[in-house]
Amino acid sequence: MARVWIFGQDINTDQIVPGRYAPIMLKNEDDLRLYPFVEHRPEFASTVRSGDIIVAGNNFGCGSSREYAPLALKMVGVGAIIAPLFARIFFRNALNLGIPCFTADLTGQLADGEQVDLNLEAGRITSADGRELALPPPPTFLREVWSAGGIVPFYRQHGRFPGEAA
Amino acid sequence: MAQTLSEQILSQAAGKPVRAGEVATVAVDLVMMHDSLSPSIIKIMEQELGAERVWDPERVAVVVDHVAPAATVQTAEKQNEVRRWVQRQGITHFYDVGRGISHPVLVEEGVAQPGMVIVGSDSHSTAYGCVGAFGSGMGSTDIALAAATGRTWFRVPETVLVRATGRFRPGVNAKDLALRAARELRADGATYAAVEWHGVEFLTVMERMTLATLSIEVGAKAGLVPPVGIPQVAPEWLRVEEGATYSRVVEVDLDTLQPQVSAPSFVDNVSDLGDLGRVAVDVVYLGTCTNGHYEDMAAAARILAGKQVAPGVRLMVVPASRDAMLRATQDGTLATLLAAGAAIGTPGCGACIGRHMGVLGPGETCLFTGNRNFRGRMGSPEANIYLASAEVAAATALAGYIADPQDVL
Ligand code: SF4
Repeated sequence: MARVWIFGQDINTDQIVPGRYAPIMLKNEDDLRLYPFVEHRPEFASTVRSGDIIVAGNNFGCGSSREYAPLALKMVGVGAIIAPLFARIFFRNALNLGIPCFTADLTGQLADGEQVDLNLEAGRITSADGRELALPPPPTFLREVWSAGGIVPFYRQHGRFPGEAA
Repeated sequence: MAQTLSEQILSQAAGKPVRAGEVATVAVDLVMMHDSLSPSIIKIMEQELGAERVWDPERVAVVVDHVAPAATVQTAEKQNEVRRWVQRQGITHFYDVGRGISHPVLVEEGVAQPGMVIVGSDSHSTAYGCVGAFGSGMGSTDIALAAATGRTWFRVPETVLVRATGRFRPGVNAKDLALRAARELRADGATYAAVEWHGVEFLTVMERMTLATLSIEVGAKAGLVPPVGIPQVAPEWLRVEEGATYSRVVEVDLDTLQPQVSAPSFVDNVSDLGDLGRVAVDVVYLGTCTNGHYEDMAAAARILAGKQVAPGVRLMVVPASRDAMLRATQDGTLATLLAAGAAIGTPGCGACIGRHMGVLGPGETCLFTGNRNFRGRMGSPEANIYLASAEVAAATALAGYIADPQDVL
């Protein structure tokens, strides 16, 4: 089971990882895992479990290009992020790192702290009381990148960019 | 079929006509990376991609601007690693501490030119739209791939048109236009889209950069001003075409535009300065790629000439580039600012991302000429950041509270 973490709208990259906690500012780069939402939601990093799901409002990840924001979420094992709209750089970064992002509005349908089952293949969330929520299938070229494990493995495997003719 | 500026540029770069909505692989003309993310980009290139060399050492630009000069032993060490890598790669466009912020520097150096596709490891890479380039920000992995291959992919964006009419009144400028557009479009109003700014041919290149950098704050992939009325020469194929499709049009009447202020902690939380009430400030910070240009310092100096910053207010001025600082030194602008009580920093990003050179403490209020007022952006999450123009910044420094330039001129 995965815990649902509910976030509001316009969550920016300074809230996910403030610039002061960038890897270049840290003595040990692996410590980045201690800092997702360090100020916005201090209990997140210490209690999040691998596979947990972030369900957010509109425009998740707006702001800077810092890939260490989604990287910090990947380091703590975030299993998927679901929001009605993602800021584009964050979305690309998450895609590149192989973090599944689904464009859907589930705010109000799931509660913070709720335990659910996430079936990525089927694109489905099942709540503890048996409710099923469908996740819209991502476009083919995005799915290709996720299943390769990110853009670098994709490029190394295929020698081309997603959407480019083979 | 008529095309938007983005469609024209991406068609050239893709080697075939492309339209909004298509996913295209394109050749990039320039890849920019800065000190903050270069270490991770180099690591991804070397360790994950197995790429020993950049695709073209003359088309990769590296700028040390985010923590310049180094604030800690770690940042000093990381910057030295980047310098060694730059040398090994034979990268020609390397701009070290003090040269300034990547965006104005690449324009001043003539590296960024109209019609180019420029990707940068910085979200404000939309800045290059000030010369009519398609500039876009990306994360470390995308930049590593682009630096290794000279290519990237884009979904060709729809375009949101901001059409200005009339002329600014005294004390009102490009920042007010940009904030007015953000107020209308909101923080996600141009997500996955490009913004084109029309009706602003009378602005200088750096004034256009104010509009181009703020384009990301409405979510945009690129923010372009048509390249007419500037010294840079645009390729013949690049011009505004009658009948191009715009997904949305926002009209701004400059004749009636008032000074705009964005209140904490979202950029689109904008109102007319006159509706703000009295907001006392501790710090006025003039700088960044959005408004640390020569024009901004000169406008502030006109307001501050012969006067003194209000007691209890700190005025920080961090020029966007050495060129801007040099010009402001030569014509007396900096002397005027210093005489009024300003503290001057090394050209670069300064405290814009809260790492050094004037970070804010808890409970402080700052009037900032930058582009983001997110909680914690400039230091303490308990500081309050208001965004406005350099002229509002100067008026505020004099008054001690957020003030209309008209009232102090
Ligand atoms: S001045 Fe601020 S917004 Fe501009 S590049 Fe530097 S950190 Fe980014």
